[in-house]
Amino acid sequence: MELLKKYPKLFQWFFLLIVFFALCFAIDVPETYKFIRGQAEFIKDPNQSTYTLFGKEVRYYAFDVLWRLPPLLGWLPIWVNDSLFFLLNEWMPMEFWNEDLQEYKTRPLVLQITRNITALMTFLIELIREILLGGVKTVVAFTSWDWIDKNPWAELPGLPWTIVAAGAVILGYKLSGKGLAIFAGLVMVYISVFGQWKPSMQTLSFILVAAPLSFIFGLTLGVMAYKSKRVEKALYPLLLVMQTMPQYAVLVPAMVLFGIGDHAAVIITMVVAIPPMILLTLLGLRAVSPEVIEAGKMSGCNNWQLMTKVLIPTARRDILIGVNQVIMVCFSMAVIAAFIGAKGLGWNLLLALNQLNIGLALEAGLCISMIAILLDKMSLAWANKQEDYFGNLTFFQRYKNTLFFAGAVLIGIILSYVGSFYLKDGYNYLYEVPHNKGISTAAFWNKGVDWIWDTFFQTLKIFNTWLITEVLQPMRALYLRMPAVATVVLVVGAGYIIGGIRSALVTAGLVLFIALSPWWDRALVTTYMATFGVIASCTIGLTVGTLCQQNKYTTKFMLAVCDIFQTFPSFVYLIPVMMLFGVTDTSVLIAVIVYATIPATRYTIEGLRSVPPALHDAASMSGVTKFQRLINIEFPIAFPHMMLGVNQTIVFALFMVIIGAFIGTEDLGQYILKALSDKAGGGKGLILGICVAFIALIFDNLIRTWVQKRKKHLGID
Amino acid sequence: MADAVIKCDSVYKIFGANAKKMLQEANGNVDAKTFQENGCIVGVNNASFEVSKGEMLVVMGLSGSGKSTLLRCISRLTDATDGKIYIEGQDLLSLKNKELIELRRNKMGMVFQSFALLPHKTVLENIAFPLQIKGIKTEDSINKALDMVKLVGLEGRENYFPRELSGGQQQRVGIARSLAVEPDIWFLDEPFSALDPLIRKEMQDEFLRLQEKLKKTIMFITHDFDEALKLADRIAIMKDGIIEQLDTPARIVLNPATEYVKKFTEEVPREKVLKIEDVMEKPNKENLSDLKVSKDEIIENVAEKILTQEKSVAVTDESNKIVGTVRPSKIIHTVFGGRKNNS
Repeated sequence: MELLKKYPKLFQWFFLLIVFFALCFAIDVPETYKFIRGQAEFIKDPNQSTYTLFGKEVRYYAFDVLWRLPPLLGWLPIWVNDSLFFLLNEWMPMEFWNEDLQEYKTRPLVLQITRNITALMTFLIELIREILLGGVKTVVAFTSWDWIDKNPWAELPGLPWTIVAAGAVILGYKLSGKGLAIFAGLVMVYISVFGQWKPSMQTLSFILVAAPLSFIFGLTLGVMAYKSKRVEKALYPLLLVMQTMPQYAVLVPAMVLFGIGDHAAVIITMVVAIPPMILLTLLGLRAVSPEVIEAGKMSGCNNWQLMTKVLIPTARRDILIGVNQVIMVCFSMAVIAAFIGAKGLGWNLLLALNQLNIGLALEAGLCISMIAILLDKMSLAWANKQEDYFGNLTFFQRYKNTLFFAGAVLIGIILSYVGSFYLKDGYNYLYEVPHNKGISTAAFWNKGVDWIWDTFFQTLKIFNTWLITEVLQPMRALYLRMPAVATVVLVVGAGYIIGGIRSALVTAGLVLFIALSPWWDRALVTTYMATFGVIASCTIGLTVGTLCQQNKYTTKFMLAVCDIFQTFPSFVYLIPVMMLFGVTDTSVLIAVIVYATIPATRYTIEGLRSVPPALHDAASMSGVTKFQRLINIEFPIAFPHMMLGVNQTIVFALFMVIIGAFIGTEDLGQYILKALSDKAGGGKGLILGICVAFIALIFDNLIRTWVQKRKKHLGID
Repeated sequence: MADAVIKCDSVYKIFGANAKKMLQEANGNVDAKTFQENGCIVGVNNASFEVSKGEMLVVMGLSGSGKSTLLRCISRLTDATDGKIYIEGQDLLSLKNKELIELRRNKMGMVFQSFALLPHKTVLENIAFPLQIKGIKTEDSINKALDMVKLVGLEGRENYFPRELSGGQQQRVGIARSLAVEPDIWFLDEPFSALDPLIRKEMQDEFLRLQEKLKKTIMFITHDFDEALKLADRIAIMKDGIIEQLDTPARIVLNPATEYVKKFTEEVPREKVLKIEDVMEKPNKENLSDLKVSKDEIIENVAEKILTQEKSVAVTDESNKIVGTVRPSKIIHTVFGGRKNNS
């Protein structure tokens, strides 16, 4: 009894677990239940039950309500889809001037708007693309195809790769000095020599449109949310869902609205990249000390000056992290958007993976990652740049970068012109190294993969079989064995114990949405894979983080490693695991573990670092050993921050599980992938995405509430 | 009156949702407790005073006494709930936003407790900031900023970032920034509180030297009574939003108006605060010693000389005219006797 009084929460948890297991044992698996039948498949089967709601007919396999709830939300995806269709094709028809036909035409409003956005995006992408690679579409946009036919000379010639490379080197030098210049040069030469120039520039043109637009919109919305409570309140739930929604899932509804191609990819990328930018802007602006704002006001700033010269620069750190995130998301989307027809490296990567040509995939993946790191570093250097007021510069010094670039342009043009004479029969390598005509190490890597397979086949296979039969399948079976009612009770109970009635209601809403959707079983499989990944990631992350934190240099090193790994687009992680484990669940899980270990490690290190040094000293003076100090002092204090890391780990793991659908899983991700090729998949994709987001949000809510209480208890911030 | 650069007329600042309404109902009789029960916090309670040109008014009070709030009302970083504030005769509260900005750009400078430097700008850029905001050409503003750097003695550190400077140096930058536009009115909000004692003393001396040269109209906020005594022409002591006493340092030490003020004055070494002028008697031509002292001397500096005399000592003003006398016994009484009586 003493114990209960001391730890009332413990008793509550105990009670909750008893109820949960009692429910699990009390409710039998129905005889007709099969995994595959758990769903409301949209096929006709005489065994199915049906109901009609809001005019939509939903078919599903009925079970005992305690075992699986009926998909009462089954109408929702159909409804969303129909609404989208209605909006796009029937709602608010208006007269619009059609440039091509030279007459007014009736079109629905939404369709017209989306078409206009599409046209704008396409124009921007083509403009940059044709500056880099050459083409006629930009000129056409201002004139017409007929005009081009008459004036075949009017074509953007495209820059020879030497000029772009020189430009990158000079820019790198101007922004941060030799180091970045050398790196920029290496990246550009690598891209060119390995024959990835064209796809790289295509990807780059896409990113040079998407990233700045996301940055501008994110910053603007963030500032608006900072200024107005109402805007913030309106944005907040949207931001939460968008942050946890797998990037895949956004593809489908966007495809319905904007069609396929680069422009749609840019729009989707913006949808994904803007929320973190908004959040970080808001966070940074909030953290500006009131005295600095007052100092700005007393210096006579008007509102605009206060925002642009005081608030935003002072909040630079967080805003920069936002820029970093935007760039990360852009590259990650550059690959994912290949599913809806974005050209470039992502497309090549996808193709190579599809053909199981690991070597080619590796090269493309490396290219994307290198460009990502380069842009990331450049944006960082740009924001940190200083002005020199003292230099008494000569004309040459002042304009040396411009002069050098002009020189580079000249030399580049001459080189490519000369090249066109000497390399007549083949390709003009001095203008552009064509795709698959460069050096390729693909064969080497593919041989390596073969070698690994030949040499370690038995070992890998044994490990693989063991993992699947002894760990994964039993775990999966356990998750699927949970009656829906028991799961709901467990989640809501946990919400109540941790955060009281409010949390209980929120988690209940989230979990019921999933339970009443047609994909409960799939959601369970997603959760099982994510759980496995999270447990493994957290164990690794905690260990590695703790070990590295013992030493200043290893800490720095590890954080740098985390930085670089974070810049890799998520899809790239699939390449090496497919190399080793082929097309199996194990591959997906290992990619999940690698990917999700990044935040776990980072937050562990940061959490441990945030322990005040005075406490270290106090502990040391009490005569504790290093290990005792870690257990008794550092972990308890760093734990709340580390839990936030777990939160991130869950989101990362879920993202990767969903992407793993590409390798072939049978969870929510697979359905999202299916929805992509489904004509009426918009609604399905969206609701599936929301389901994944809600899984993450359940954990997010529980962890955040707990952390807040704990931090208050410990008196940290 | 024409001299009054800053003039406050029953200024109130009350935080809370229905502060205005409650203030009207209270009808000038504001009680902090009743307001608090109704969810309002009284920041400044009926403050009326003037600061004349070239004068330094130090507002002293412990944390939560409303001294910073008062300053923010006068700089209009917050809007006073009620009352009138005049800056050089202009009604501050009726100024439009644009006029307010103009006023701040040309007439006001402010120094902050935590320095409030812009972290992304160098020393030079920070100092030039108010000038650039005004729209002055980069070259001119940088030149002006360089002068300011010299004024506060930070030569050689123009290109440092605030994070690379010590606290004292950072505050020098803060001071230089606030002076860059050559304001008439200078607000200092606990400028030296975040510095350690030695640096603080150094900065106070530096500050006095600057004021000697610049002769600004100053409102200086501090929680340190000694600092107030050292710097002030006049001191306003605040408690719970109310100005308990506003007077010269000497008169506050000699005649504390309330029990609260008395607590501060008890521990003060009077010989360091009081001037001869504060203890002298009416001119009395007979029986004077040969020694003459100026009325502006601090007692501590001349006590030894006076105490060696047997007769009274003549007190002179700037033009060497005798304006009073002081007896050695009075000095002894002031330094030792008075304090015993008080305690």
